[in-house]
Amino acid sequence: MTNAIDVVGLVKTFGRTRALDGLDLTVATGEVHGFLGPNGSGKSTTIRVLLGLLRADAGRATLLGGDPWADAVRLHRRLAYVPGDVTLWPNLSGGEVIDLLGHLRGGLDRGRRDELLERFGLDPAKKGRTYSKGNRQKVALVAALASDVELLLLDEPTAGLDPLMEAAFRDWINAEERARGRTVLLSSHILAEVEALADRVSIIRAGRIVESGTLADLRHLTRTSVTAELAAPPDGLANLAGVHNLEVDGTRVRFQVDSPCLDEALRRLTAVGVRSLTSQPPTLEELFLRHYQTVQPADAAQGGSRAGVSR
Amino acid sequence: MSTLVGAGKLIRLILRRDRLLLALWILFVCLVLLSFPASLREVFPTAAARQRYADNAAFIALYGRLSGTSLGEFVAWRAGFVPVMVALIGLLTVIRHTRVEEETGRRELVGATVVGRHAGLAAALLVTFGANLVLAALVALCMVSQHLPAAGSVALGLELAAVGWMFAAVGAVAAQLTTGAGGARGIAVAVLGAAWLLRVVGDASGQADGGLSWLWWLSPIGWVQRIRPYGGERWWLLALVAGCTAVLATVAVALSARRDLGAGLLPTRPGPASAAAGLRSPLALAWRLHRGLLVGWTAGFAALGAVFGALTGGIGDLQRDNPSLQDIFARMGGRAGLIDTYLAAIMGILGLIAAAYAIQATLRLRSEETGGRAEPVLATAVGRLRWAGSHLVFSVLGPADALVTAGLAGGLIYGLDTGDVGHQLPRVLGAALVQLPAVWVLAASAVALFGLLPRLAPAAWGPLAVCLLLTLVGAAVQLDQRLLDLSPFTHVPKAPGAAVAAAPLVWLATVAVALAAAGLVGLRRRDMPATP
Repeated sequence: MTNAIDVVGLVKTFGRTRALDGLDLTVATGEVHGFLGPNGSGKSTTIRVLLGLLRADAGRATLLGGDPWADAVRLHRRLAYVPGDVTLWPNLSGGEVIDLLGHLRGGLDRGRRDELLERFGLDPAKKGRTYSKGNRQKVALVAALASDVELLLLDEPTAGLDPLMEAAFRDWINAEERARGRTVLLSSHILAEVEALADRVSIIRAGRIVESGTLADLRHLTRTSVTAELAAPPDGLANLAGVHNLEVDGTRVRFQVDSPCLDEALRRLTAVGVRSLTSQPPTLEELFLRHYQTVQPADAAQGGSRAGVSR
Repeated sequence: MSTLVGAGKLIRLILRRDRLLLALWILFVCLVLLSFPASLREVFPTAAARQRYADNAAFIALYGRLSGTSLGEFVAWRAGFVPVMVALIGLLTVIRHTRVEEETGRRELVGATVVGRHAGLAAALLVTFGANLVLAALVALCMVSQHLPAAGSVALGLELAAVGWMFAAVGAVAAQLTTGAGGARGIAVAVLGAAWLLRVVGDASGQADGGLSWLWWLSPIGWVQRIRPYGGERWWLLALVAGCTAVLATVAVALSARRDLGAGLLPTRPGPASAAAGLRSPLALAWRLHRGLLVGWTAGFAALGAVFGALTGGIGDLQRDNPSLQDIFARMGGRAGLIDTYLAAIMGILGLIAAAYAIQATLRLRSEETGGRAEPVLATAVGRLRWAGSHLVFSVLGPADALVTAGLAGGLIYGLDTGDVGHQLPRVLGAALVQLPAVWVLAASAVALFGLLPRLAPAAWGPLAVCLLLTLVGAAVQLDQRLLDLSPFTHVPKAPGAAVAAAPLVWLATVAVALAAAGLVGLRRRDMPATP
């Protein structure tokens, strides 16, 4: 078995809203997979289908080789989940919740539990109702990360954490989880986080995967920003395919260029003579913006209504 | 007055959220009262009959003492338990719109807008005060429509409104004390229970010329009952209640100003840093979530059972010198038959109250779901049926525990009174236990709603309200038997007097199992959390 998650053509509708619209998603065993999309794009809905909490209307989902709906209990022994919106029982302490959820899954590593509490600076003796949002999130994270499971489903796990705690989370995933070879599906709208952690990324928009691949794959699709001071006005840039948003101001040029055309564009700059050059590498940010800025008004409105549905 | 900015908008918000609930309970109380004058006039036409009916320990406990024998006074006396209901609704309404809002974090969202510090508390109190005034007006209209004197009708309406105001203010104070709404409700309900008990003991002692009759002076319920509608109204008692309400509201505002948002005045203690060895299963979790409720209801049922048990002996005095009642009771089997009828009626009421507990425990499933606390549990190796079952254990056994407690307490005390515990205890206990299948039918209808129509789950209170209405007024206004048959409690054998036939109990249990099974099948098939 090479894929921890295999989803083909998944459809889920809530009344007239189509939350998932033929979604395909593949997560290989042992990889950290970034699941990227804006609020209301269907990330939480996908994860809830994978947990067997929601029943898909069409399509096929395979999780750890089983059917997430029919084999839910058996599969849940092998995975841990951090919900996007963590609520705790007001009269149970954080430590009690961590231990209880661990036992309900079938096992908790005490050593790792204590280490995680230490790293996240969480007081486990406080009652659920007294935790802040960030601390509730930490309770759910510790419970999941300390569990003896092979798959982690993390729905926006760093929402509400401060930057230091975000860093602690990244360090833990990069060091501990990779060393242990656990599969991680990490949903997020924070690009830097996914860039820092993920082996592969799937980008979801309006219930559909629009891009999927390794970061290197996706960078092929992105554009490098170039600003240069030339010896003379540029020549032959404007008609070069792959150059976008060209601005020429005397001998200064600014443009964006598709990664495959970068070489040719630089050749034309050096032909004129380069005095100074700055280039910004492609980021997921740009990729993200390219996908979401081209959203049609109708789609955008739909996305807005979905935000309410999948919380 | 800047602390009250925005109160008007919050009042509109509360009215928008509660428009159905407010209308329903006001209507319910009015229907109960409306059923009294005609039926009581018919059954107790003479002053002597009324006086004898009321001179009875059990009724003094339930309704208070009769101040005079005019029909109006008799109706006001017979409505003696209604103030407790109105008080309960008042305190629950205020806590619902203050501490619950704060606990869920919605208050924070609202508080950050242009809303004064005390606007939320003021809005909750004003809505409750206003609703009680509407109730007072409607009750007065209902009573006048039954040809009762206008002044007394207004007094009766205001009696109910006043006790509603008073306990709304009690709820407002309690809401400042604890961080959890459950704790606040517990404190306020305990105050109400104490007020009711003080009135019961005071009135019972007064009837026996005892030295404790002054106790009613400590009870707001005692005060409002002594307003004496239709019997030379003592309007000044309204001023006393209004004054106390104002003092309590001021205290609530002062307490609210001294504390932080989200905090209570009573400290929250830290919990254990790791779970005890026992907290490892869904059932253990459910026990933690339900135990407070279970202990509270058990204590309440113990007190109810003890009070009713203590009053049972006096019930036999009811029939003396009342030819029409004697005739009825002779057919019931004389004094013993009368006591058995009384016990059956009391146990029917306790069954209805136990059904409220069963529904409350069942709906915990829904609040776990909507609160997002079911999801992390169901994402572990816990199946839906196991999760639901862990809560339903408390819907099934919780009311059983409550009824057994009431039966034991009542049977023991009545048995000690008559000197034959060995004979009475099993009889009273049995009369309590036969209610269970009917209780389970109502709990199972909540399960069915939760599984099949989750968004309508709160409608599970509807069947209970119908059963309560049928029991309270059905027999008095001689409703059609087919209508009465809708209530599962109609089918419960009238133990301990009547022979307990197995068939209706088996039928009720079968209906309960079928409803619950339908709900659980629905739960297995539907989305979690349920989507709109």
